[in-house]
Amino acid sequence: MSRVNLDNMAEKSGEWLKGEGPESDIVVSSRIRLARNLTDYPFISKATELDREEIEKTLRNTVTDVSKQDLLDYLDVNELDDIDRQFLVERQLISREHAESEGARGVAIDAGERTSLMINEEDHLRIQVMHSGFDLVAAWERINEIDDRLEQRTAYAFHSRLGYLTACPTNVGTGMRVSVMLHLPALVITRQIEKVFRSLHKISLAVRGLYGEGSQAMGDFYQISNQITLGKSEEELVTQVGDVVPVLIDYERRAREFLQKESHENLHDKVSRAFGILSTAQTISSEETMHLLSSIRMGVELGLLPELGMGQVNELFIQTQPAHLQKISGTELDTADRNVARATFLRRHLNREDINGSPEAN
Amino acid sequence: MQCQNCEKTATFHITELAAGKPQELHLCEEHAREYLQTNDQEQAAAPGLASVLAHKMTVGQTAEDLARLDQRACPVCGITFYEFRNQGRFGCPHDYTCFAGELDQLLLNIHGETEHVGKCPQRSATASERQMEMIRIRREMKEAVSSEQYEKASELRDQLRQIEDEVSGE
Repeated sequence: MSRVNLDNMAEKSGEWLKGEGPESDIVVSSRIRLARNLTDYPFISKATELDREEIEKTLRNTVTDVSKQDLLDYLDVNELDDIDRQFLVERQLISREHAESEGARGVAIDAGERTSLMINEEDHLRIQVMHSGFDLVAAWERINEIDDRLEQRTAYAFHSRLGYLTACPTNVGTGMRVSVMLHLPALVITRQIEKVFRSLHKISLAVRGLYGEGSQAMGDFYQISNQITLGKSEEELVTQVGDVVPVLIDYERRAREFLQKESHENLHDKVSRAFGILSTAQTISSEETMHLLSSIRMGVELGLLPELGMGQVNELFIQTQPAHLQKISGTELDTADRNVARATFLRRHLNREDINGSPEAN
Repeated sequence: MQCQNCEKTATFHITELAAGKPQELHLCEEHAREYLQTNDQEQAAAPGLASVLAHKMTVGQTAEDLARLDQRACPVCGITFYEFRNQGRFGCPHDYTCFAGELDQLLLNIHGETEHVGKCPQRSATASERQMEMIRIRREMKEAVSSEQYEKASELRDQLRQIEDEVSGE
């Protein structure tokens, strides 16, 4: 396994951010994760440092051996500095918990950043597959195949009645979380989003923000996922989440149509002002950037900003995050410096000659 | 458009998703707020693990039962039920067997089911007694070392090696 060059990674975006795939105007990504544990070690909360080291070594070898064709790169998360860890969180390759915990732990990532395998997170192994757009079935086929290959080399903790055993009983059974990330700005503007969430809760689906549990719904991005992991098969869980997505897409589209019809000037104004601020600001916070980029993303989808591409806007969401800015500028920056660097980065990317015909005036 | 409940202009256009066919509502700001708040109160979100655990402890048991249960420990990893209740995380795979009596109601509250119906490993990976034994021995070894009982630790290490050899010989 070669060592990933995180600095090179910062300049490009992962496969899942391409803005391609079915329904990618509204569905940003489809993600599935499986929680697995080795049968002959305690779960992480009761594991000694030696246990953790052995678990890491065992799983690291297994993952390396079975995934040769995927060209996985392995990162020792314990050895990374804070910016690198945060960088992986921003790209959704590791969880915040994985970044912030301690002791032996790592992650294997494939070159396209579609697959990541976290070792010693809450469970010994967390396999994740992420596809661009609304593509759950393909993501399930891919992760199932990876799981099968690993299983031939590993004894997973499994109970004949309860299924795959996990550190937290909320994950027992399939150990599977199916989630779809949606961009729902029109439902937010028309104030229907709360109603949507309540309906989802009633059918046992969870709603989270961009970076999972407890995170704020930044930039009008929402993750919809299954709450239940026991008593339903993996295919049923894919269907449970998958069935609701077309309904949400339809509501969001209708809300956009409504806005375009009933208040076209206001909508166009909102998008244009967002572009105006982002392409001229001299210092700007992460929150304001996310908020305004959300309007721009919707504007691109509605054809109000023909010069911008969806993939390009998706990239701006990621590249203007704190760790990405610091990786790109190659130096550590405090909040005030980051705000300046962010504004500079946005001006450079939104005022390019090939976008609007006039190069930045400075 | 006029609010369907009063004379004011409808500024909120709500689509109700819950009841089968989508239902359109057109309301003024005041009536929209009222409508949304009433619906908020009806909503009982799926119970989180913490509330399920807390709830479990308030019903059906005397304080004595509870204290006894809290002190019960898994012979493999040493976690007590009290620790589990506080952290919401188990210590080892054997806890699912060790605390089976308490677990079913908890799983029903979280998942509405108590039986797995999905994928099963192709190779038999049912947690064998020997593998549980290995977890227990490793823990006792660590305890022996930290209390400077090196002779005991080395005996345990020999036991562990023997089991490891048997397992890998299969």
